[in-house]
Amino acid sequence: MTEAHSQRPGVEIEFRSVTKTYPGQDTPAIDNLSLTVPAGDICCLVGPSGGGKTTAMKLVNRLIDFNEGEILIGGSGVRDVDITALRRDIGYVIQQVGLFPHMTIEANIGVVPRLLGWSADRIKARAVELLDLVRLDQNFAKRYPSQLSGGQQQRVGLARALAVDPPVMLMDEPFGALDPITRNEIQDEFLKLQNEIAKTVIFVTHDIDEAIKMGDRIAVLRQGGVLAQYGTADELLGSPADEYVADFVGADRGLKRLSLRLMRDLVKVSGENHAAPADAPTVKGSATLRTGLSVLFASGSRVLKVTHDDDSATVIGTVTLDQLQDAVYETAPKAPTDVVVAGEA
Amino acid sequence: MIQYLSDNFSRLLVLTLGHAVLSLVALLISVVVGVSIGAYVGHLRRYSFLAINLGNVLRALPTLALIAVMIALIGFGFVNITIALVVLALPLILTNAYTAVTGVDRGMVEAARGMGMKDLEILFQVELPNAIPLIMTGVRTAWVYTVATAYLAIFAGYATRPGQLGSLGDIIGNPSGEGTTGVLVAAAFAIVLAFLGAGLITLAERAMTPTGIKLSRSAAMAPA
Ligand SMILES: Nc1ncnc2c1ncn2[C@@H]1O[C@H](COP(=O)(O)OP(=O)(O)OP(=O)(O)O)[C@@H](O)[C@H]1O
Ligand SMILES: [Mg+2]
Repeated sequence: MTEAHSQRPGVEIEFRSVTKTYPGQDTPAIDNLSLTVPAGDICCLVGPSGGGKTTAMKLVNRLIDFNEGEILIGGSGVRDVDITALRRDIGYVIQQVGLFPHMTIEANIGVVPRLLGWSADRIKARAVELLDLVRLDQNFAKRYPSQLSGGQQQRVGLARALAVDPPVMLMDEPFGALDPITRNEIQDEFLKLQNEIAKTVIFVTHDIDEAIKMGDRIAVLRQGGVLAQYGTADELLGSPADEYVADFVGADRGLKRLSLRLMRDLVKVSGENHAAPADAPTVKGSATLRTGLSVLFASGSRVLKVTHDDDSATVIGTVTLDQLQDAVYETAPKAPTDVVVAGEA
Repeated sequence: MIQYLSDNFSRLLVLTLGHAVLSLVALLISVVVGVSIGAYVGHLRRYSFLAINLGNVLRALPTLALIAVMIALIGFGFVNITIALVVLALPLILTNAYTAVTGVDRGMVEAARGMGMKDLEILFQVELPNAIPLIMTGVRTAWVYTVATAYLAIFAGYATRPGQLGSLGDIIGNPSGEGTTGVLVAAAFAIVLAFLGAGLITLAERAMTPTGIKLSRSAAMAPA
């Protein structure tokens, strides 16, 4: 590998009618699961505790074997390749204890490369590259995990999973143990990183807000490992398949949905419909609709002026309260009419 | 007592050396067998009944009775007492190795498996390095027990002879010949030997424990 951090972008992962029943249990932990994660997407698995998120994820690297169905990575079945080779080519990040306490950070990052027989020089060079990638200082290389903070350890966990530049990554509540500020930071950085490396990621979380933020797609599981809905955050928030999903994404799903879109997407060019009054509040084009709504409410106005990101004197257009309200409901064709969700009215 | 010491000093040293050699041979055999079986069964996290029951059965055997039975089976001598001491030391080492390996964080082991480590790679690269402190605790205990029991060599027919070092049992097992003073002095030598060995084992443990484990332990023990 050269300067480029990644030369192997993600490949598609497909679950085909996969069922897993643990020995000695009557009901399956994963029940006839079918879903496709497109190459380069992050798929968040959410659901209740015991809903089968971890199980579904571990089926991919065969830490758990399924009973029925098939799982394909880049078109080939996970059972058709050698299990060791399969696992060494899948990045694996888990909560907390992922790192080996008896190895230095450099050795931790080098685990899979060493298993694959890379030379010591190549492993060292790769560790340098990866510490850079996850924005850790090079002098961390010789330290031990216990000498790092939780957030730093989790960055090393990421670096280690990326060591051999695998096309696919599995992450089980990777940021679950971090404080909210650190979590937010590392989430942002991971998204930035993912923009460059474009891996296909299965990301388990029980936090719907994290799923909305991180997931290109979200799979909602219900108790018993049944897929309740699979779609983008906007689809889930705009048209939850049933009451269960509506409940799961939260009563404030309208507001959450407003967080997904930016003011500039809603702008109407000034003068066309609404000439904004001179005293109308202003907000940047890069602000979310949610921020816009908040500014609007705070001012008591019914119209917002949207300005250029770098130049708050240049108004690019206006957005009205009605437009914001419409944005909550639009493109929600599958919304069941019999479901009344508090907070939506 | 001083008199006894000065009269018998070189003899005491030789017997202590013999005692040490006998204990060490038994300990090494127990470590090789006990750590191998204990660690592997611990890695499998199955057949634990084997490790635990084997340990309990062996531990229930009175050493002296065992020596007597083996006199009938294989006769007197070094092999007899060595087997008796191994039967004493092995269960301690085996159950400690088993407990040490099963005690390694399951999440860590699963991470290793998920990254594509094979069974022996997991055992040697993850489980054993993390289990060393507890395994060595078992070895240290076993050493003390072995040294404390090795005087029974005299009853297994292993005593000082030309070409044979004998053990402190030559004195401890012969109170009528050596007197109470002799027995006390020899016992004191055995105690010193036990402590010296335990100290060396502690040093070995420090040398073998990976730096990262030491750091994480001291971090865990530091006041909050
Ligand atoms: N090794 C196992 N043997 C038997 N049953 C298991 C095993 N692992 C998980 N299960 C069961 O399978 C179901 C799904 O568990 P899983 O760990 O996948 O849930 P999860 O969605 O990851 O939950 P959490 O949010 O608590 O991590 C649960 O009912 C659990 O009890
Ligand atoms: Mg889980």
